[in-house]
Amino acid sequence: MLSAVIFLPLVGVALLFAVRDAAVRATALVVTIITFIVSLPLWFQFDPHQAQMQFAERADWISVPPISYSVGLDGISLPLVIMTTFLMPLCVLASWRAIGTRLREFMACLLVMETAMVGVFSALDFVLFYVFWEVMLIPMYLLIGVWGGPNRLYAAIKFFLYTLAGSVLLLVAIIVLFFQGGQTFDIQLLSKVEYSAALQPWLFWAFFIAFAVKVPMFPFHTWLPDAHVEAPTAGSVVLASVLLKMGAYGFLRFTLPLLPDATATFTPIMITLSLIAIIYGAYMALAQTDLKKLIAYSSVSHMGFVTLGIFALNEQGIEGAISQMVNHGLTTGALFLCVGMIYERTHSRLIMDNTGLAGPMPRYATCLVIFALSSLGLPGTNSFVGEFLVLVGTFFWSRLAAVIATLGIILAAAYMLWMVQRVAFGLPAKAQASHLSDLNWREMVILSPLVLLVFWIGVYPSPLLTPMHQTVNRLVERVEHDKGGLVARGGGHGDTHESVSRLWGRMP
Amino acid sequence: MTLPLNDLLAILPELIVAGTACLVLALDPLTPMAKKDWLAWLSLGALIVCIGVTASQLGGVVSAFSDLVIIDPYACFWKLLLYGGSALTILLSMSYLKEERIHLAEYYGFLLLSLAGMMIMVSAADLLTIYLGLELMSLALYVLAGFKRAESRSLEASAKYFVLGSFSSGILLYGISLLYGLTGSTRLSAIAVATSMLGLDDPAMLLAMILLVVGFGFKIAVVPFHMWTPDVYEGSPTSVTAFMAVASKVASFAAFMRVFLEALGGLKGNWEWLFLVLCVATLVLGNVVAIVQTNIKRMLAYSSIAHAGYAMIGVVVAGQAEAESSIRTLGLSSVMLYLAVYSFMTLGAFAVVAMVRKAGVDGDEIEDFAGLSARHPMAALLMLVFMVSLAGIPPTAGFIGKFYLFMAAIKAGLTWLAIIAVVLTAISAYFYLRVVMVMYMRDPQPVSRSAPRFVASPAMTVVLACALAGVVLLGLFPNTLVSLTAQSVLVLK
Repeated sequence: MLSAVIFLPLVGVALLFAVRDAAVRATALVVTIITFIVSLPLWFQFDPHQAQMQFAERADWISVPPISYSVGLDGISLPLVIMTTFLMPLCVLASWRAIGTRLREFMACLLVMETAMVGVFSALDFVLFYVFWEVMLIPMYLLIGVWGGPNRLYAAIKFFLYTLAGSVLLLVAIIVLFFQGGQTFDIQLLSKVEYSAALQPWLFWAFFIAFAVKVPMFPFHTWLPDAHVEAPTAGSVVLASVLLKMGAYGFLRFTLPLLPDATATFTPIMITLSLIAIIYGAYMALAQTDLKKLIAYSSVSHMGFVTLGIFALNEQGIEGAISQMVNHGLTTGALFLCVGMIYERTHSRLIMDNTGLAGPMPRYATCLVIFALSSLGLPGTNSFVGEFLVLVGTFFWSRLAAVIATLGIILAAAYMLWMVQRVAFGLPAKAQASHLSDLNWREMVILSPLVLLVFWIGVYPSPLLTPMHQTVNRLVERVEHDKGGLVARGGGHGDTHESVSRLWGRMP
Repeated sequence: MTLPLNDLLAILPELIVAGTACLVLALDPLTPMAKKDWLAWLSLGALIVCIGVTASQLGGVVSAFSDLVIIDPYACFWKLLLYGGSALTILLSMSYLKEERIHLAEYYGFLLLSLAGMMIMVSAADLLTIYLGLELMSLALYVLAGFKRAESRSLEASAKYFVLGSFSSGILLYGISLLYGLTGSTRLSAIAVATSMLGLDDPAMLLAMILLVVGFGFKIAVVPFHMWTPDVYEGSPTSVTAFMAVASKVASFAAFMRVFLEALGGLKGNWEWLFLVLCVATLVLGNVVAIVQTNIKRMLAYSSIAHAGYAMIGVVVAGQAEAESSIRTLGLSSVMLYLAVYSFMTLGAFAVVAMVRKAGVDGDEIEDFAGLSARHPMAALLMLVFMVSLAGIPPTAGFIGKFYLFMAAIKAGLTWLAIIAVVLTAISAYFYLRVVMVMYMRDPQPVSRSAPRFVASPAMTVVLACALAGVVLLGLFPNTLVSLTAQSVLVLK
């Protein structure tokens, strides 16, 4: 069933080249919707009481060395897979009118991306993971480079080279692990091995470069604003909502369980980089005049919370990080969709060209305000859940770090509210502003499920948090297994504060 | 003196190819201009027969002509690869030569003669046999390089290739004669025995070894013996360039590895560091200089230099003095795998270059590819796949090839070499992707916009389909080829 979710989009690519020009959009939409529907049983049949991989499928691929097609989901990957399949139909809808040229190829790129992204989250073989991880580069490069904005060539090649340069060392690390970890590429077997203290730092930094470029962590974030600004709307959504999560997912799936000692050693550096990303991203967002750039820098800041939570190395932090990954995917994706919609009308992404929209476009302004509030982490919206848990987790690790991170939330409120104030409620910029049409039915269809999820997760996050408890527990045990020190500070408080996440989790 | 039938049977494929070459040359004057295609089909037919014969020889080990020639799985593997490369080159040439108005049947004759030389090289068990094959291959290639007689660039390529090539052959011959003087034999097996007794630090032996490295290094175009490559690749007719980049490099690699690992295996301690230096220099120079090229044939020339560097990784691994046999096997088989993969993607790339050549458009400059995705979406997509594969990005065959080489390097403890290689792979993505960028993200130039819409001829379609199938299928299902290379790896003592 999981394989069906992975490969259905590829079947869709074949279909795209078989249908008439007029049916391309509909075909892509139907394929992504079917993929989403097929992926839903994964969510409902997932057993939250188990920590091991579920829906596992395995077939031999290459015999020497043993590389298998092996996929499966646990509490970390399940929410990300569902989020991906959920967002893809919205991306297709968002490109309905915005993409005029070479529509077939555009949709084909999107569908190949979907296969690669779901594949990355569900691969249980390290080489298979790497294959999916790299496959995604080419369609994303084309999405930015062919259908992007004026400076698209620069942005596309920058994105490509940054990510590729980051991930080639990962390949070396994978092969080293193969020889050190018992001649296997099986991720679950590899995570049971204790690697020598001399080897772990090397592997840690090789992993770090690959994942940190993708997240992106400070100082590897410079490709992100360029890529986001130049990419077409659907490209920005895929980039912000799913691609960035792949880096954080890499930390959770590989760095923490495979290299617990090195992780503990380098945690202070990781936390520091995360804090810098939070503050710096927010600070940069304050200064932006381009809406997409503003959201891009806000992504840097929000992804800082994700890595902060991961390297807090306790249950609250990691659960917060995973929720923040999903929530950032939904909220930022929604914000990019909003920017795309206004760009289709005014052909400008500058804040000063798009002011005072609440008058002519009340429905649009309402949605924008909701997503902006969600982005700044207002209680009752989805992002609050993740950010709160991350802050709780960080608090156990270091109070100072938690205080600094909170500053990031305040700054987020500043740049988001200021943006909303100008875009929704400022003085109309142009004479023709009053002629702007409000959201049509297609755009309402795109945004309403996102609005729904923003409040649903904000008010009742248990369905999101429950599936990840067991997996995260086991991960934290693995990390704490053979050391005291830094993590023990969090662990020591664990008993008293566990109830904080249980508050939402309602674990039996 | 009578030739034993068994010996002749052993070299049956060589006889068929050489015989067909003569037949083609003899039939040429009798064939009307419009029917020259028939001679190309005749050459192809000969190759298909050869594939059958060699496939039937695949299992065993036969030596012929009192050990001058050996037909072992190692030789058969390379021969099969050479047949494939030559067959695709012939198909590719048919429409390209017509476009260039040099569709003459001698072309196929020389191509087959060159192939016969390569086949002798890969199954030679004696340094003189190797030299014989190498000269036959090279002489035919010198002629082919200058086949566009009306164009000065082609003549320049031919002359340059000839002068430098003869020079390097001379150096190789010096090396062979020195070795003969030191060991008293030109048989690879006898040299192996003699060198193991002679000891490592004889300066004459060292000199002989270095001369051999220069001779072979020229043919496989490793730095610093690569100088001829860009000019010759650029000037030669595109189909000949493809043939040189694939077949000649493959055959030279095969003979090179046999000589150094079999005959000079005892001197490993002396040449392992030398190969390491050559390997790193080739990787760095090939990948870095390719970045600034604006002519696609020059770019592919530097890319072929870089790929020789990647393949050298496997040779370095196999040449590690203290390597166990499993590491040597992995090193050698990954070279074989890599060169097979390299052949498919390089032939594919050159086929697209040859196809873009039209009256009014040279197809040689990267800028000529501007807007190709609009003019010919299929050609652009194929080129995209070949470029991605050359850059080593999964799920293409290029990734699988590099993956095994890096495995071999890391297994042998050369992790730093693997790191250098992967970093250069990331750099190489820049110039391969530039072709993609030009095809997909630039508007066509006025000249090429007005050029006639080109259609791929059936023969060209077959070439592209084979190359695509090779690149995609070997990327997704490499099992068969991996086990074939593991079985046919050189049996080392």
